[in-house]
Amino acid sequence: MVWYIVRRFLQLIPVFLGATLLVYFLVFSLPGDATAAICGERGCTPAVVAGLREQYNLDQPFWIQYLLYLKGVLTFDLGTNFSGRPIATIIAEVFPTTAKLAIMALVIEAVFGIVFGLIAGLRKGKIFDSSVLVLSLIVIAVPIFVLGFLMQFLIGVKLQWTNPTVSGDATFTELLLPAVVLGLVSFAYVLRLTRTSIIENVNADYVRTATAKGLSRRRVVVVHVLRNSLIPVVTFLGADLGALMGGAIVTEGIFNVNGVGNTLYRAVLNGDGPMVVSIVTFLILIFCLANLLVDLLYAWLDPRIRYA
Amino acid sequence: MPEPTHTSPGTQGPAPVVRTKTSAYPIEHFVANVDETPVRATDSTVSDAAPRSLWGEAWRSLRKQPLFIISAVLILAVIFVALFPGVFTNEPPNENCLLENSDGGPVAGHPLGFTVQGCDILSRVVYGTQSSLTVGLFATLGVVLIGGLIGALAGFFGGWVDAILARIGDIFFALPLILGAIVVVQLPVFQQNRNVWTLVVILVTFGWPQIARITRAAVIEVRNADFVTAARSLGVSPLGALVKHVIPNALAPVIVIATISLGTFIVAESTLSFLGIGLPPDVMSWGNDIFSAKPSLRSNPMAIFWPGLALSITVLSFIMLGDALRDALDPKARKR
Repeated sequence: MVWYIVRRFLQLIPVFLGATLLVYFLVFSLPGDATAAICGERGCTPAVVAGLREQYNLDQPFWIQYLLYLKGVLTFDLGTNFSGRPIATIIAEVFPTTAKLAIMALVIEAVFGIVFGLIAGLRKGKIFDSSVLVLSLIVIAVPIFVLGFLMQFLIGVKLQWTNPTVSGDATFTELLLPAVVLGLVSFAYVLRLTRTSIIENVNADYVRTATAKGLSRRRVVVVHVLRNSLIPVVTFLGADLGALMGGAIVTEGIFNVNGVGNTLYRAVLNGDGPMVVSIVTFLILIFCLANLLVDLLYAWLDPRIRYA
Repeated sequence: MPEPTHTSPGTQGPAPVVRTKTSAYPIEHFVANVDETPVRATDSTVSDAAPRSLWGEAWRSLRKQPLFIISAVLILAVIFVALFPGVFTNEPPNENCLLENSDGGPVAGHPLGFTVQGCDILSRVVYGTQSSLTVGLFATLGVVLIGGLIGALAGFFGGWVDAILARIGDIFFALPLILGAIVVVQLPVFQQNRNVWTLVVILVTFGWPQIARITRAAVIEVRNADFVTAARSLGVSPLGALVKHVIPNALAPVIVIATISLGTFIVAESTLSFLGIGLPPDVMSWGNDIFSAKPSLRSNPMAIFWPGLALSITVLSFIMLGDALRDALDPKARKR
C-alpha cells in the first residue's frame, strides 16, 4: 500500500511540471509584450519596460525564467501581481470561499447523484428511471450560465428565497444557491454513472452469492452492489473536484462570489500574467492532489489494486 | 413437459423439479430448466445468411430508436437554420435596431421581442446558429484528427511511444478545457485576431486528450484481434494494418464521444463568448447575445432565455445522438 501511494505520487510530478511549464510558456513566451498591460494604452518608456522585465525575470532566458518561477512556487513566494500586491496573500484570501463553494457543490452532487442513480438503476426501465434519465439529459445540455441566470432570476429575484448575489462574507446560506448551480451538471453525470454501474453489477455472481447467503436485500444493495458500483463514480468525483475549483469561474461570475475563479477572470481581463500563471498553477496542483486522492480511494474500495 | 433432447448427467433419472413461481430474487431459478434451452434453437440458426456489418447492424437498430429519430431531426433542422437563416426570419439581425424598442416585449412581426439594442431577438437567434455550429463542428473535426491520430499511434505501438504520448496527454488533461482556453484567449496573439478559427484552434489544443484516451483504449482492444494478426502474417506493414484494419474497427467509441463533444464545444464557445472573451462582439452568436443581455436580466430575462433555449436544444440533440449511437454501436448493450 505504501509503495502504491509513493508510486502514484511520483507519477504526479511530471504532470505537474509539464502543465505548469505549458502555462508559463503560453503566457510569457508567445509573441506580444507580457508587461504591456501595466502600461496601458500610452505605453511606458523603454527604461520602465526594461525595469519591469527585470522585476518579473522576463529578461532571462526562458528556462531560467521557468526555474526561478518554480523556485518561487516551492518556497511559497509567488511574487507580486501587476498592481504590486503579493500573489500568495490574494490566493490565501479568496481560496477559502472557492473551497467552501466547491466542497458544497461536491457534497450536493455526490449525495443526490448517488441516491437517485441507485434508485434508478435498481428500477431500470420503470417510470422513475426514465424520467430521471430525461431530466439528467436536460441538465447536461443546458449550459451552466443559462441555468445559473434562470435560477438566480427565479429563486433570487422573483421568489426572493435567498440573496441573488453573495456578499463578502460568503455565508453558508448565501453559497447554497451557487453551489447547487455549480453541482447540477456534475450531478447529472454522477447519476448516470451510478445508474449504469448499478445495472452492470446487480446481476453479478457475487450479488447472487450474497443473496444466497441469506443477507437482507438492504445489506446486499448497500454493502455489495453499491460499494462495487461506486468505483467509477469516485473517479469522476475526484476529477470533478479539480474541475469545480477551476470551473467555478462562470458560477462565481454570475453570483458575484469573491473566489479564485473570479480573481482569475479579472486577472485574465487585466492581462496580469504573473497572477494568471500563479492561479492556474494552484488549480493544477489541486487537480493533481484530487487525482491522488482518487487513487487512494480506489485502493480502499478495490483491494485488487491495493495488493497488486 | 417435453422430453429433453440432449442428455447430461444432471438431467438423467427422474424428471427435474420445475419451479413455476418466480420470486423477486433470481436465486431460485439459477439452475436452468432443461426445456429452457432446446437444442433445436441452435440447429435452426441459418448459418449461410450474409453477415451484417457492425454499421449495417447499428443502422438497423438506430432506425427503430425514438431517441435517434428525434435527435437526428433536430440536428438536421439546426443545420438547415444555420445554412439558410433567411428562410426563418425576414428581419435582418443587425439593421432596423431601434433603441426605442430596447428590451421591448413581443409585438406583431417580432414574436420574441427585442434585445437591449432594440434588435429582433428571433432574428439574432436564427443568425447566431451558424457561428456556434461552425465552431462545434470544426473543433470536433480537429480533435478527432489530432486526438485520434495520437491515440491510435500510442495504442498500436505501445512501449515508449505510448508512454511519451500518454504523459503529454496527462499534462494537457490537467488543464480543463475552459480554464486553458481562458488563459490563452486573452493573450496578445489571440486578442488581435480573435475569430471563429482562432477559437477552434484553442479548443482543439485543450480538447484533444479525451479523444486520444478513448482511441487508445479502443485500438488496444482491437490490436490483438485475430484478423489483425492474420493481416500482419500475410505481410501487411504495421502502419497498413493500423490504417486498414485496426482504425475502422476501433472507430465506434470514438464516433460516440466525438458526437457528444460536439455539444461540449458549442457550450465551450458560448461560455467563452459569455465571459466576453470568446467570439468578438460583432460576430453573432448565442453566447455573445447572452453576454450582452446580462445587464438587463431583471427587466428583460427573455433576451437571455431565447438564445439559451436555442443553445440548450442544439447541445441536447447532439448529446442524445451520441447516446443513441452508443446504444447502437455497442453490441453488448444491444443484446440486452
